[in-house]
Amino acid sequence: MALFDGLKGFGVTFSTMFKKVVTEQYPEDFRPTAPRYHGRHQLNRHPDGLEKCVGCELCAWACPADAIFVEGADNTDEARYSPGERYGIDYQINYLRCIGCGLCIEACPTRSLTMINFYELADDNRQDLIYTKEQLMAPLLPGMEAPPHPMRLGDNEQDYYVNGPQLAKAEPKPAESASAAAAAQETAKHEGTAK
Amino acid sequence: MQAAWHAYTNGQTAAVLAHDPVWLTIIKVVVLFVFGVLMTLFMINWERKVVARMQHRTGPNRVGPNGWLQSLADGLKLAFKEDIRPVLADKWVYFIAPVVSTIPAFLAFSVIPFGPQVSMFGHQTVLQLTDLPVGILVVLACSSLGVYGIVLSGWSSGSPYPLLGSLRSAAQVISYEVAMGLAIVSVIVESHSLSTADIVNSQQGGWYAWLLLPSFVIYLISMVGETNRAPFDLPEAESELVGGFHTEYTSLKFALFFLAEYVNMVVVSCVATTLFLGGWRAPWPLSLWSGANSGWYPVIWFIIKTLIFLFVYIWLRGTLPRMRYDQFMKLGWKFLVPISLVWTVAVIAVRDIKARYGFSAPMVLVILGVIVVIAVVIAFITPERKVSDNRVEVTGGGYPVPPLNLEIPNKPRRRTTARERRSAGQKPADTAVTAGAGKESGDGSV
Repeated sequence: MALFDGLKGFGVTFSTMFKKVVTEQYPEDFRPTAPRYHGRHQLNRHPDGLEKCVGCELCAWACPADAIFVEGADNTDEARYSPGERYGIDYQINYLRCIGCGLCIEACPTRSLTMINFYELADDNRQDLIYTKEQLMAPLLPGMEAPPHPMRLGDNEQDYYVNGPQLAKAEPKPAESASAAAAAQETAKHEGTAK
Repeated sequence: MQAAWHAYTNGQTAAVLAHDPVWLTIIKVVVLFVFGVLMTLFMINWERKVVARMQHRTGPNRVGPNGWLQSLADGLKLAFKEDIRPVLADKWVYFIAPVVSTIPAFLAFSVIPFGPQVSMFGHQTVLQLTDLPVGILVVLACSSLGVYGIVLSGWSSGSPYPLLGSLRSAAQVISYEVAMGLAIVSVIVESHSLSTADIVNSQQGGWYAWLLLPSFVIYLISMVGETNRAPFDLPEAESELVGGFHTEYTSLKFALFFLAEYVNMVVVSCVATTLFLGGWRAPWPLSLWSGANSGWYPVIWFIIKTLIFLFVYIWLRGTLPRMRYDQFMKLGWKFLVPISLVWTVAVIAVRDIKARYGFSAPMVLVILGVIVVIAVVIAFITPERKVSDNRVEVTGGGYPVPPLNLEIPNKPRRRTTARERRSAGQKPADTAVTAGAGKESGDGSV
């Protein structure tokens, strides 16, 4: 009825008042992100706890915002941090600069650098938003040993990379957490090592 | 109870109020002021919440219980902001303008009857600050005075945009005041009184909203225009303009304008309740209960009716898009004013007929009202006459595209340049011919 078309809008707004609202109450009602959401970075480990980062700086070179700082160093037989010849002695990401484009994780040759779901990157000072290597390193899972230690899973770094898939499968999975939010964060954090 | 109502009809309210001691008057003034401020705080929150729900959102829910203190927090924040006065502003007028717009808004509360005779601290009084013989004119006068605040604020800001905004606001308020006043006329004719208390008492038999339906509709529309509210908020369209007449205002002065706007909304809603919805009288099913119209209960009915009008304000804002200025003025002057004029004449005519032939006046008025409303609806629905369009049809849906028949349009005649004229003058025969030939072959149209 064209006669009452002008009044239809009033009905629409009135009935909408009693419909479910779509707003999410973010801090109280935390909804996990999509599983592959790219949040902050993480530096992954081999199943025995050695670092995957080889200090090659490809991520820093790939970064369009110049947010990553890497300093490489030589592994020695006394202090071994990664399976190969070199490792990253210092690693920093400035989250005031990072634009979250993911070019760094595409550049990483060892799949050391990945992104997890954590996204609450806000602070009231600049210093705390420059994440250091200790903050970026993946946590030590059961069965892992904090470096420096000798290579446990092979004689040289070739074994680590060639047998990578089998090693990942043999590795014990992280315990399933009941809480939805915690689970999302945990699985996200362990995403790199679980693969 | 019946006897109690009749005890103070037609001028009795004023007589009761005349015996009010000063302290009671002061209490009433303070209560009215607090009522205005509280309604403003409540209205801002309610509006934000209801509009949010109409848009699938939740609205403010952080400050206070369920977000109901949000407007209070905003108001306090506003008070602590820096008070800026533009260099070019006229100092005193700039300072006074927000006060001028706020005071009349509150002043209009003084004649609104909130309830019947009650006992207050052992004193018999009426829930009304004062009952003037020209009560309803005071309301109109107050809303007219509020225009001064708008005009002066725009003028004194020393900036062209507030000036333009204030002119538009003032034009709008004044235009809709005409329709508003004419809508009130028929109520006055029916109730034989300008006093608000008497108007409420005369609605004992039935609300004027039914009896004078066209007046009610016109008042509803014009009260929205009068208070510069959506869909008539074009002078201060916040999504399009900077802010209209209060662009240069900050801090408490801006808060005063905000307060004035919302208090005005409450006032016109209260007036609409008083004039058309029977004021504090209980609505039909409740009016069967004999105690509903005595004591303090009528305040509840009054506030509920006022809140219904305020909800309509919010509903309109959540539903209708903003009107264009010319559409707005057309609606005001070409529809509302003539219709209310005709309707006023009809009401007076019916009274005359009733006096002469003893007709039942409500019946005739209801019939006439229905006829007028139908006429209004038809006037809005019928499309306007098509303006005859003699232009050549443009292909391509309005875009400038080549004509479909591929006919090459006529070339505009070229002017001969000064050099061509000179060379033509020197060698008349030879160059003219070659130049012409070259031009033609170059065009390729031959």
